[in-house]
Amino acid sequence: MNIVFRLAWRNLWRHPRRTWLTTGAMVFSNILLVFMISLQFGMYGLMIDNALQVFTGHVQVQASGYNEDKKMRQTVPDIIPLANSIRTTLNSETVAARGWAFALASSEDRSFGIGIYGVEPEFEAQVSNIPGLVSDGRYLETDNAAEIVVGSVLARNLHVKVGDELTLLGSGLDGSFAAAVVNIVGIFDSGVNDIDRNIAEIPLRLFQETFFMEGGGHQIVVVGDGLEAVPAIRSTVQSMLPDDSDLVVLDWDEIQPGLKQAIQADMSSSFFMYLVLVILVSFSVLNTQLMSVLERTREFGIVMALGLRPGRLGRLVLLETAMMGLIGAILGAAAGGLLTSWFTSHGLAFPGMDEMAARFNLPARMYPEVNVLTLSAGPAVVFVFTMLAAIYPALRLRWQNPVDAMRVA
Amino acid sequence: MSAVRCVDLCKTYRQGDQDIKALDHVSIDIAKGQFVCLSAPSGGGKTTLLNAIGGLDIPDSGEVYIAGERIDNLNKGELADIRLKQIGFVFQAYNLIPVLSARENVEFVMQVQGVPSAERIKKSTAILKEVGLEGLEDRRPAEMSGGQQQRVAVARAVASRPALVLADEPTANLDSKTADELMALFTELNEHHNTTFVIATHDQRVMTYAGRLIRMLDGRIVDDINQRAA
Repeated sequence: MNIVFRLAWRNLWRHPRRTWLTTGAMVFSNILLVFMISLQFGMYGLMIDNALQVFTGHVQVQASGYNEDKKMRQTVPDIIPLANSIRTTLNSETVAARGWAFALASSEDRSFGIGIYGVEPEFEAQVSNIPGLVSDGRYLETDNAAEIVVGSVLARNLHVKVGDELTLLGSGLDGSFAAAVVNIVGIFDSGVNDIDRNIAEIPLRLFQETFFMEGGGHQIVVVGDGLEAVPAIRSTVQSMLPDDSDLVVLDWDEIQPGLKQAIQADMSSSFFMYLVLVILVSFSVLNTQLMSVLERTREFGIVMALGLRPGRLGRLVLLETAMMGLIGAILGAAAGGLLTSWFTSHGLAFPGMDEMAARFNLPARMYPEVNVLTLSAGPAVVFVFTMLAAIYPALRLRWQNPVDAMRVA
Repeated sequence: MSAVRCVDLCKTYRQGDQDIKALDHVSIDIAKGQFVCLSAPSGGGKTTLLNAIGGLDIPDSGEVYIAGERIDNLNKGELADIRLKQIGFVFQAYNLIPVLSARENVEFVMQVQGVPSAERIKKSTAILKEVGLEGLEDRRPAEMSGGQQQRVAVARAVASRPALVLADEPTANLDSKTADELMALFTELNEHHNTTFVIATHDQRVMTYAGRLIRMLDGRIVDDINQRAA
């Protein structure tokens, strides 16, 4: 082994307790970082899934410009056959067509302006969690039955219950008067006030008849096996559309840009906290290495007198720090990985989480997501900051005079 | 060519309000293979002169030449290279590296010089045997007596066969028997390898081993005696 390596390694263990305390701080922060970053990634996955499974899905086919400005006339023509075709091509049931319109919903007592989705009852449950959130009655069953499911707040505001009738009044695709009388068959409770107060769903064929859609709709929603499948789905669906088509294929990020921004904002605030943690660890390393350099001043004077250049001595200090940093990184990543893996398989729950999760149709436990990035990002940053913290003690040796150094007791 | 040549060296230290002249226009010329003792009372300037010769300290004025090369105007890195390649040091307090064994201490300079492993082992084994430390190669400094540590320091200083060995009070911490053994070793190395020795001391017995004795007082050379001739 090279003598500088040997010297660095042995110097490291001159004061095992001090070395272990500093390394321990690194290990602890690395465990914390691995766990927290993994948990964050797991939560982001859950957030995205949760947000996308309400209405958005992973990919949507829409008329060009519809996403920016939802106008009734921007339709996907022959939407049901196109949705069937996409189902066949993707060999997947997680494809559903929808229409969307504003209407005035009136009960015997009251009226409210609401948004109405026309959905394919058979397939909607594959792309949205609303059918699973019906807390009273049932979800839509028949393609063109005069049925409606409404949000719980809307039902309360309209003073209606399952079995009551609602009158829908709106404007059709051609601008004509659109009206329908529907029976309330179910009331859903998503836990999101805006949805529960403003949204109702009716069968797509009824929607098309009521709003004179002429077989059209406004969006075909596709859900894949996770976010990583999105590019392939998008490409496949895109290839099915004629070149001169006015339709576009959008992914979830384009449909809901706010979601990614919210995640990025959360990541920024978290990373600021992580940075504080890493800087604290760095100061601990700086303290250790500075003490270590100061107490060896005389020894450094000797090796300089023997002919070691100050630059090489500085590299010795950096090497010692790198060894300590690597031990911290390896042990921290390993322990953090083991701990996080346990929670990945068993889940993480805290008191009261069951009820809250059930309310939002979420799993009762959070599952951290362990991957190469979550395992390595934290320890890598700690390692880099550790090395930065060693620069000053290493540079200090450059200014040291051998004679002065050897005079130090 | 001289092994060491100093021309008009001056060095002043500030101690409180006082300026102390550690070297006051000192000029000496030491030929290759000479065994020289610098003798002075404490504060007489011998260690300062030794440090200037070894490039450990830079004089305020004057010139220092090692094997014909001027060194007082070199930077820290270049001075380190001169020390590495041409000078061996023996210090009063042994100054071994505590985390390295006797053999590793001896090999240290050679390894920094880039001497191949096999050659290093061969040379360190031979020199440790020569200084009487056979069997103690793997002991660390803390596991050895003062005399043994000083032998390791001598072995380290001469292992890479430097042209010049500078020793600062090498016998100060040794008993008389060990001191005699050390000086006998220095003499042997001087005679067998033609190594130039410059030893700073105020030990009278050490001075008897020297071929040339330079006496200093208050930073000036007051006497320069060729003892062989005498």
